[in-house]
Amino acid sequence: MPNSSESAAIRVSLWRRGMNHLVTMAAAAAVLLVLLPLGAIFAYLVYKGVGALNWSFLTQTPKPVGEPGGGMANAIAGSALILLIASAMGVPIGIGAGVYLAEYGRNRMGDLIRFTADVLNGVPSIVVGIVAYGVVVLAQGHFSALAGGFALGMMMIPTITRATEEMLLLVPQAIREAAYGLGIARWRTTLSITLRTATSGVITGVMLAFARVAGETAPLLFTAFGNQYWNWKINQPTAALSLQIFTYAISPFDEWHRQAWAGALILILLIVIAVSALRIAASRGMLKGTS
Amino acid sequence: MLKAKDPRFWDGLFHLAMLACALCVLALVGIIVFELTKRSQLSWKAFGWKFFFGNDWDPVNEQFGAWPFVYGTIVSSLLALFLAVPLGLGVAMFITEMCPRRLKEILAFATELLAAIPSVIYGLWAIFVLVPLVRVYLEPWLARYFGWTRLFEGPPYGIGMLAAGMILAIMVVPIISSITREVMTAVPQQQREAVLALGATRWEMIRIGVLRNARAGIFGAVILGLGRALGETMAVTMVIGNRPEISRSLFSPGYTMASVIANEFSEAATDTYLSALVEIGLALFLVTIIVNILAQILVWSVTRGMPARGHA
Repeated sequence: MPNSSESAAIRVSLWRRGMNHLVTMAAAAAVLLVLLPLGAIFAYLVYKGVGALNWSFLTQTPKPVGEPGGGMANAIAGSALILLIASAMGVPIGIGAGVYLAEYGRNRMGDLIRFTADVLNGVPSIVVGIVAYGVVVLAQGHFSALAGGFALGMMMIPTITRATEEMLLLVPQAIREAAYGLGIARWRTTLSITLRTATSGVITGVMLAFARVAGETAPLLFTAFGNQYWNWKINQPTAALSLQIFTYAISPFDEWHRQAWAGALILILLIVIAVSALRIAASRGMLKGTS
Repeated sequence: MLKAKDPRFWDGLFHLAMLACALCVLALVGIIVFELTKRSQLSWKAFGWKFFFGNDWDPVNEQFGAWPFVYGTIVSSLLALFLAVPLGLGVAMFITEMCPRRLKEILAFATELLAAIPSVIYGLWAIFVLVPLVRVYLEPWLARYFGWTRLFEGPPYGIGMLAAGMILAIMVVPIISSITREVMTAVPQQQREAVLALGATRWEMIRIGVLRNARAGIFGAVILGLGRALGETMAVTMVIGNRPEISRSLFSPGYTMASVIANEFSEAATDTYLSALVEIGLALFLVTIIVNILAQILVWSVTRGMPARGHA
């Protein structure tokens, strides 16, 4: 017969074990609850998107309300144009700033830049839009692809900067010293040895930044503005996939809703491809343990 | 003077070029601050501090009070945190402490994927899937059993504060869980072993050995989630209803600071109107910056000494 203090001990241990199971179950339930919308979003994208996707969607411009058919070809091209401008601005500046931080940034100045990059990273995208409107749209006098690209480029910079710095710092100091020892100048070492060694990591950073801005909508609302027709000029209002999805989603027309789903499917495919490629790159070589 | 042949010349030039890139980052933040303050002057001079506490948003008569938007932003963000914090912590705890290694990779990837979905796609999904579910099932149920709190009354539109808070929560969970994971991983393994050696169950080990050590960082993760929720625009704009009203009920439509800028900026016809919208943007900028800095400090306090990592 167990005495009373022993049975109390058993009761406590039951309570503790029960609590342990309860928390484990709650945590597993949280995971399921979070995976549910993820699954639902992808299921709906495929289910609704594939049905609305056809050849004309990828080759035609939008038709007026009421007419069936039409597509988002101009929006896809517009997104490409805007992202090209954004990358042309964001990638060199981002990498340059990252190189500065890694190679010359062990001082007050470096800390200041690091801090500012983090600040820039946290700026809400809609605010970036306001700034691009003030700097580019008002100066030009009209909405343009350039303004949209400027806004997105601004958002790419901090991600690329911090990723580049991180990757360059992973390159062992001995490799730099070996290059110096061979009489190679410092700038040449940085470009051809350090940056070269970290290339895959830097590319990952660039792709991460790209994937983040590819679906951005808020900063394009009053910079690129959108366009129902083809446009290849960087100083004209330009359609973008994300803008078109937004406009169609909040419209009252069923045909447009269908096209919004198709557009969303195309957009997510592009981003998922970029992120998976990033994941594959991250599982190799120097990126190990940094994701 | 250094000549072009001198290797130090090229070194100096390279250094300068890289410095110029770095200064661009500085300049961009400078431009943001300058643009926002300059273009909000008109509204600031006209309304002063009253701007943020006024209830009227009447572009026709040039009366601007931003309180309904401030209110909507605060309520939708807090609602999002209320839903997302337990979920995010649960997910982080499960991934770092409980699940088998193989599952770990997959789950980490899945939550990362959730963070990569663009806001406009969340909005699209919310309009056509979440909102009908909320209208038909959730809202009548809440009204029936929790109507007495007066938080859930009025007609169930589906569109409104509740739907906005829910979609925000889904978007904020990956941030909270990934930073929490990072912070929990930073807690030394010995802490866990020490607690386990005392005969603790796994939950007691997590509670005493991990959570207690990581709490500042976890708080930082939550604040970082708040920063994201405050500035989030598209998904919220698509489901919150966009009416500058203040109501206790979460069923009723609202409006947020980011949404009002998104909807009205390109239609703002007068200078004061535009200036008022920019002032809302400035406020949003300042608040998110403060929130983010606070969060960074908290996260650093735990992960300090670990290699620096950029997180999206």
